[in-house]
Amino acid sequence: MALFDDPAVWLPIVFALLMGLSILIYVVLDGFDLGVGVLFPFADADERDRMVASIGPFWDANETWLVLAIGLLLVAFPAAHGTILTALYLPVALLLIGLILRGVAFEFRAKAPASHKPLWNVAFFVGSLMASLTQGFMLGLYIMGLEYTAETIAFALLTSVCLTAGYAFIGACWLILKTEGRLQARAVVWAKRGLAGVVAGIAAVSLASPLVSPRIFDKWFSVPEVLLLAPLPLVSAGLVVLLFVSLRHLPDDGERWSWIPFVTATVLFALAFAGLAYSFYPYVVPERMTIYEAASAPESLFIIFVGTCFVLPAIIGYTVLSYTVFRGKARELRYD
Amino acid sequence: MDALLLSRIQFGANISFHILFPTITIALGWLLLYLKLRYNASKDDKWMAVYRFWVKVFALSFAMGVVSGITMSFQFGTNWPGFMETVGNIAGPLLAYEVLTAFFLEAVFLGIMLFGFSRVPGWLHTLATLLVAVGTTLSAFWILVLNSWMHTPVGFEMRDGVAHATDWWAIVFNPSMPYRLTHMLLASGLTVAFLVAGLSAFRWLLKDRSDGVRVALRTGVTLAAVLIPVQIYVGDLHGLNTLEYQPQKVAAMEGNWQTGSHVPLLLFALPDEEARENRFEVGIPSGASLILTHRADGVVPGLDDFVAEDGTALHPPVAPVFWAFRIMVGTGLAMLVVSWVATWLVWRRNGFARFNPWLARGLVAMSFAGWLATLAGWYTTEIGRQPWLVQGVLATADAVGDVSAGMVASTLAMYLTAYALLTAAYVGVLFYLARRATKQQEPSPTPPKAGAVTHAAPAE
Repeated sequence: MALFDDPAVWLPIVFALLMGLSILIYVVLDGFDLGVGVLFPFADADERDRMVASIGPFWDANETWLVLAIGLLLVAFPAAHGTILTALYLPVALLLIGLILRGVAFEFRAKAPASHKPLWNVAFFVGSLMASLTQGFMLGLYIMGLEYTAETIAFALLTSVCLTAGYAFIGACWLILKTEGRLQARAVVWAKRGLAGVVAGIAAVSLASPLVSPRIFDKWFSVPEVLLLAPLPLVSAGLVVLLFVSLRHLPDDGERWSWIPFVTATVLFALAFAGLAYSFYPYVVPERMTIYEAASAPESLFIIFVGTCFVLPAIIGYTVLSYTVFRGKARELRYD
Repeated sequence: MDALLLSRIQFGANISFHILFPTITIALGWLLLYLKLRYNASKDDKWMAVYRFWVKVFALSFAMGVVSGITMSFQFGTNWPGFMETVGNIAGPLLAYEVLTAFFLEAVFLGIMLFGFSRVPGWLHTLATLLVAVGTTLSAFWILVLNSWMHTPVGFEMRDGVAHATDWWAIVFNPSMPYRLTHMLLASGLTVAFLVAGLSAFRWLLKDRSDGVRVALRTGVTLAAVLIPVQIYVGDLHGLNTLEYQPQKVAAMEGNWQTGSHVPLLLFALPDEEARENRFEVGIPSGASLILTHRADGVVPGLDDFVAEDGTALHPPVAPVFWAFRIMVGTGLAMLVVSWVATWLVWRRNGFARFNPWLARGLVAMSFAGWLATLAGWYTTEIGRQPWLVQGVLATADAVGDVSAGMVASTLAMYLTAYALLTAAYVGVLFYLARRATKQQEPSPTPPKAGAVTHAAPAE
C-alpha cells in the first residue's frame, strides 16, 4: 500500500488516531467520574459515599488517559503542543487546579477528621466542576481556532456549560448502572435533565463549526460527502431517542435496562467525537498547522509506535480486568 | 520579575511539590509488598496491621502524586514550549514510555491493591501490590533517564537546531543516569524509612505498645540505618561523576572560585557573586581536594574558569547551590547518627518497651527529613545545571514560552496557595491517622489477640 511507504506520512496519521482515541476514552471515562462530582450537591451524605464508591477503584486510571493524550500531543506533535497550550494558558491552569482539588479531596474526605469532611466534599464538587467547565471552554475555543474575541469567548462559555451537562449526564448514566434503590431513581432524574444539555451542546458545535470555517462547511455539505456522512447525524438522533425511551423505563425491576443509558451515551459521545475529528483533520491547530507540519521526526515516532504496539494491548487487558473485578453494583469501599 | 524567572519559579514549585509524593510512593510500594509477603508467610496479624495503616498513607500519597504529576505534563507546553521543540525527539519517546509502561500499570493495579482484598484471590492481590511497586519504580526510571540526559546529553546530533536521536542505548544509559537513579531510589527508601520510624515513634509516645507499632518502628529505623551509609557512598560516586561532566556545578557546590590544589572543604561561607569571592569562610584545609580527588593536593575546578570573555557567568548561581548542597549533606549526617542510635536501642532486649522518649521525639521531628534532603539534593543538581536547560544544548532562557509575566504571576500565586494548603493538610492527616490508629488500639485492655486487629478497617 502506497500509504505505508513513507513513514513521514503514515506515522503522523497513526499518532493522530492514537491521540484521538485517548481523548475519546478520557472524555468517556473521566467524563463519568467528573460528572459524579458535578452531581455531588444534589445528593445526601449516604448517597455521596456510595457515589464515590462507584468511581473509587477507577478514577486514577481514568485520569491517566488525559496524561496519555497530552503526552501524545507533546511527543508526537511538539510544535502544536506549545501553540495550543500557550493559547489556552489560563483555562489549563484552572483545569489543573480543579483536577488537583478533586483528586485529593477524594482521599481526604475519607481520611481527614470527620468534621473536615463537608469541606472536602465541597472541594470535590468545586474541583470536578472547574475541570468540566474548563475542558468545555477549551473545546469551544479550539473549535473557534484558538482566538480570543467576544464571540469566541461567548461560544466557549456555551460549550463549557454543555460539556459540563454532558459529563453530569454520563455520570448519572454510570450511577444508574452502578447503584440501586433511591440513588438509582435520582440518577434517572439527573440523566433526563442532563440529556437536554447534551443535545444542545452537540447541536451548537454541529452548527458552529461549519459556519466558522468554510473548509469544514465544504467537507460536510458538498456532494457526495453529504450523503456518505448522513448516517452520522441520523444515528445520533436515533441514540438520543433510545436514551429518552430507556430513561422513561428506568428504574426497572430486574435491572434489564440499567446498562442501556451508559452504553448508549458512550456511543453517542464517540459519534460526536468522530464528527469533530473529521471536521478538523488534517489540522492539529485549527486552520494553522497540520499533523504533518507538527509531527516529530519519524525515527522518534517509530520508537514510540513499536512500544505502543506491545504495551497498549496490555493496558487494555488489565483495564478490562479492573472493571471486571469491580463489576456489579458499587459496594462500600474497604481496604480489607 | 520577568516571565522567565516567574516561569522558572513556577516550574520549580510544581516539581518540588510533585516530587514529595513519588519520593514516598516509590519505596512505600516495595515496603507494602514486603509487609504483605511477611503476612503471607507468617499469617501473623501484626504485619497486616502495619500494612493496613501504611496502605492508607500510600493511597493518599499516590493521589497527591498523580494530580501534581498531571500539572507537570502540561507545564512543558504552557511555559516551556522550546524544550519539546528542540529536544522533543529525545524527550518525547522517554516520556511516552513512562506513561505507557508505568502510569497505567500503577493506576489500574492500585484500584485492585486498595479495594480488591476481599474480591480477588490472595495471589492476585499480592501480584497487584508487586505491580504497583514495579510501576512506581519504572516511572522513576524513565523520568530519571530523561533528567540525566538533560545533564549529560549524548547519543544525538543537531540538525537545523533540533536534536535527533542517533543512539538510543547511549541516550538511556547516559553517563549520569546510573548514579542519579540509584541516588534517587535510595533517597526514596530513606524518606519512607524515616516517615515510618517517625509516625511509629509518634504512636509510641502516645503509649501505643501494640505489636504493629513495634515492628513498624523496628523496620523503619533498621531500614534507615542500612540505607544511609550506602546513600553516602553512592552520593560520593554521583559527585565524582558530576565533577567529570559538569565541573562548574561542583565548583559552585564547593564554593570554589579559583582552580587549584589543597582546596578546603567549606563548612560555612557566604558566596558573593559580585565580588567573586566568599565572605566569612570556615573550612577544613584540603578537605574538598581530598573528597573529590582522594589526594590533598588534588586540583578542584574553580568558578572563575566558567566566565565568558564579556564577563557573563557560564556557571550556575553560587549561593543557592552551595547552601542546598550543605543542607542535603547535613540532613544526611543527622540521619546517620539518629538511625544508628535508634537501631541499636530498638534491637536491645526489650528495646521497644524501654525505647528512649527523647530519641522518639527526635524521630518524630525527622519524620519528613527525607523530604528536606531530597529537595535540597534536587535544588543542588537542577540549579547547578543553570544557565542550561539541556547542558550545552539548550539554554533555559531560550525555551521559555510567550506568556506575559502577569499571567504567569497569577497562576503561580494560585499554585503556591493550593500547594501550601495541601501540604499542610497532608502532614496533618498523616499524624491524625496515626493518632486514630492508636485510639483504635486502646479499647481492648488485653493485648490484641490474633484476629482482633482484622475487624472493620474501612477505606478511611
